[in-house]
Amino acid sequence: MNLYEKTAYDAAMALEKKEVTSVELVESVLGRISEVEKNVKGFIHLIERETILEEAREIDRLRAKGQRSSILAGVPMALKDNMCTMGIPTTCASRILEDYRPPYNAHVTEKLQQAGTVLIGKANMDEFAMGSSTENSAFYPTHNPWDTNRVPGGSSGGSAALVAADEVFFSLGSDTGGSVRQPASLCGVVGLKPTYGLVSRYGLIAFASSLDQIGPLTKDVRDCAMVLEIIAGNDSRDSTSVPREKESYSSYLGRDIKGFKVAMPKEYFQEGIEEAVRESVMNAVVLCIKLGVEVEEVSMPHTSYALPCYYLVGTAEASSNLARYDGVQYGFRAPDQDNLIELYLKTRSQGFGSEVKRRIMLGTYALSSGYYDAYYLNSLKARTLIRQDFENVFQNYDLIITPTSPSPAFVRGERLDDPLTMYLSDIYTTTANLAGVPAISIPCGLADGLPVGLQIIGRPFDEGRMLQFCFALEKMLGFKGLKPKISADGVLKDVS
Amino acid sequence: MQEFETVIGLEVHVELLTKTKMFCGCSTAFGASPNTQVCPLCLGLPGGTVPELNRKAIEYTIKAAMALNCSITEEITFDRKNYFYADLPKGYQISQFFYPMGTGGYVEIHLNGSTKKIGIRQIHLEEDTGKLLHLGNIISSPYSRVDFNRAGVPLVEIVTDPEVRSAEEARLFLQKLRSILRYIEISDCKMEEGSMRCDANISLMPLGSKEFGNKTELKNMNSFRSVYKGIEYEVERQRNILLEGAEVTPQTRHWDESKGLTKAMRSKFVSADYRCFPDPAIPPFDPPQEWLEEIRESIPELPDSRFTRFVREYELPPYDAEVLTGSREMADFFDAVLTLYNEPKNVSNWIMSEFLRLLNSTNTEISECRIKPEDLGELLNLMDKEVISGKIAKGVFEEMFASGEKPEDIIKKKGLVQISDENTLSKIIDSVLEGNPSSVEDFHSGKNKAMGFLVGQVMKETKGKANPQLVNKLLKEKIEK
Repeated sequence: MNLYEKTAYDAAMALEKKEVTSVELVESVLGRISEVEKNVKGFIHLIERETILEEAREIDRLRAKGQRSSILAGVPMALKDNMCTMGIPTTCASRILEDYRPPYNAHVTEKLQQAGTVLIGKANMDEFAMGSSTENSAFYPTHNPWDTNRVPGGSSGGSAALVAADEVFFSLGSDTGGSVRQPASLCGVVGLKPTYGLVSRYGLIAFASSLDQIGPLTKDVRDCAMVLEIIAGNDSRDSTSVPREKESYSSYLGRDIKGFKVAMPKEYFQEGIEEAVRESVMNAVVLCIKLGVEVEEVSMPHTSYALPCYYLVGTAEASSNLARYDGVQYGFRAPDQDNLIELYLKTRSQGFGSEVKRRIMLGTYALSSGYYDAYYLNSLKARTLIRQDFENVFQNYDLIITPTSPSPAFVRGERLDDPLTMYLSDIYTTTANLAGVPAISIPCGLADGLPVGLQIIGRPFDEGRMLQFCFALEKMLGFKGLKPKISADGVLKDVS
Repeated sequence: MQEFETVIGLEVHVELLTKTKMFCGCSTAFGASPNTQVCPLCLGLPGGTVPELNRKAIEYTIKAAMALNCSITEEITFDRKNYFYADLPKGYQISQFFYPMGTGGYVEIHLNGSTKKIGIRQIHLEEDTGKLLHLGNIISSPYSRVDFNRAGVPLVEIVTDPEVRSAEEARLFLQKLRSILRYIEISDCKMEEGSMRCDANISLMPLGSKEFGNKTELKNMNSFRSVYKGIEYEVERQRNILLEGAEVTPQTRHWDESKGLTKAMRSKFVSADYRCFPDPAIPPFDPPQEWLEEIRESIPELPDSRFTRFVREYELPPYDAEVLTGSREMADFFDAVLTLYNEPKNVSNWIMSEFLRLLNSTNTEISECRIKPEDLGELLNLMDKEVISGKIAKGVFEEMFASGEKPEDIIKKKGLVQISDENTLSKIIDSVLEGNPSSVEDFHSGKNKAMGFLVGQVMKETKGKANPQLVNKLLKEKIEK
């Protein structure tokens, strides 16, 4: 077995037992990257080899002296390119921030640095995290390692593909409407969107502030628990961060899940879902029952409002959050402008891609006087109803089980000209963001050789028991250990 | 000629005296070099979040709302006001659009002996913008530079009902508002430094009409004087337009202090749609009742009730009471003197004449003044006990003002104790009478002026220390003998 194939936990254990060094882990993933990255295109920015190795050497030196800052010290990883890294390009996959190097680190960057993990590079994404296929990157699309003609999902498509292709041991993504879970599902990895407020958004470049949440993309559930332990925690720099005691998520793993009550909302299994996905999820439901879990069908009647509600709230917030990219202080500034208005118009017209502009316009419209009540205010009301649906179900059930995405990975270019179909990729995932509850996608099988994801949604701050449940289920699902065979097809048939 | 009624609504912005900005730890100190008091958050850099709110800024705004007799919002929320401008780093301003901190209050002004209430429509908290710097003026300057030191400084906006009827009322309102805000110590309200700014919405309507006319918004008035002059000019300008039968164009106008006129400003946007919506990054906050009570209890006696007390209890003339309660420091000083020397009118006279004269001529704030209230009280006591004369007292007071020394020390050091001993004085008077026979003669021939001259000579001999009443009495006795 190659080193890069290990899970983050196994790599950490090997470091702990002094079977490998961090330098060897880095060399291994750098070798893997040079082999497959040209077919995956998961990175926007790779950090210089010597810089990474120097960091690994330092961590090895410290470890030799008996100092290690965390169990994951020395393990290579990647960050989605919307998380600020001091002095290292942070572009949001947008022309408007193409040369931008932040003067400070995001909270998660700090946490992972303090933990001694080794940053390999910044992962590709849909521009400003808007999209479900990573085709909206201003630079190039990322390819799904399972079939390089297909998309990895989005917007954290780079983060998911890099983990699936064993180019890093884990990564972070951000999830506004499914942007961690949907690519995790399409790439066959584990992706968690924590409870809103569990992970500080300080230094995460905002798309929709009331929905955005950072989460891990990992090779299995144990890795997910370990990474979450590092990045979770209160931060006074983010007023939406919730003050709570630190939890040991790993300590939940391996506990029995017999007697768990799980709800299966019928609205998530209706029209639009591909048969192979339904089968795969139902198969997992049967396994749950075998594990002594009670599964019952329930109704969450306001589910159908989620997608329109999400696209109103999300675009409204985005239209305001993206107003700062005006060419005045930093980032791209269009040449040849005669006055302030022209500076704005040209900079923003040339700097943003078409999906970003579409959403800014949608959001601007939804907030305009005369439309505010009909669109924005009503969507806030719908959001309350959706949240109540969850509260009602969680009075009687511990968890909710649903598919993550209605279909496996689709072919690149297929939905690019059809934004509404593209938006439907998020149909099962936006609810958790609107309600602020935690949700995780774990691989539950293959359909025609493509991974299918299962979504587990939990009560606010109940990540521990969610992970406990997923850990037990993961063992039974038999997906773990399946690896994509990365072909060069995507490069040869590249349509973009 | 047709008569018009003037309708004015004021919007006043006041910078709060917090040490740090509204949403970050940057300093709010005035006068630092451009862009030295900034961080990723107040610069609006990508990835900025909203940190925990500055509790002091909220407390100060609530305190102001209470002092202006407003009712306080049940839930504190913040909204975004979206617009593009180069001094606005995030492309939106955080403000309280939907639920202002306070609503429905009032301020009382005293005008021609009567009292008028000006309604406060709302008071809310928002963040300040940066400042554009130009070479010369904005039109001719080859560049615009931006200083973000001010961006994110907490700002309170106070909006009046359209109940102000003249430039004089506007000035009185602003002075009273400043006095109240200084009493509660939430802002230094310095118009010259921009920590207090005022815009006026001005319109005219035919007397007796109920429908407001077209209004103009007047900006750039940087002192109480320019508020008065700017409004007066604009009212006159509108009156002339209306008298010609024309219509006032609704627009924003700029007060040009040096030329003494108002000019139409090029508007930024034709009609602004600020697309206000609740800030999704700031959770709503319920102020605990106990906290609100604490804030309410921290509000000192305000100028109006102090004014009433001074007139009623101390029987001061309203003019004296108005001046003495104009600032909290002055009123506190006055009250403090009274605890040692309970003759209000006497104290008031001293403060209104000697003290204010010295403060003004040396350009000193009362807070920086070296005279302690107990020292003034002591000085007045010494006068009453005839230890020193009134004339000497004035000199001692000046000395106290300059050095901060206690009156008894100055008197002792300079040997200024009044001579009230009859024997001592008799001898001096005798020698003065002896040395000025012609004046004595003048007196006897009916020239009363001579008496004054002789008193003066005695004072001169005693370096002003002689007890004047006693000198008068003794001199009279001796000369008439």
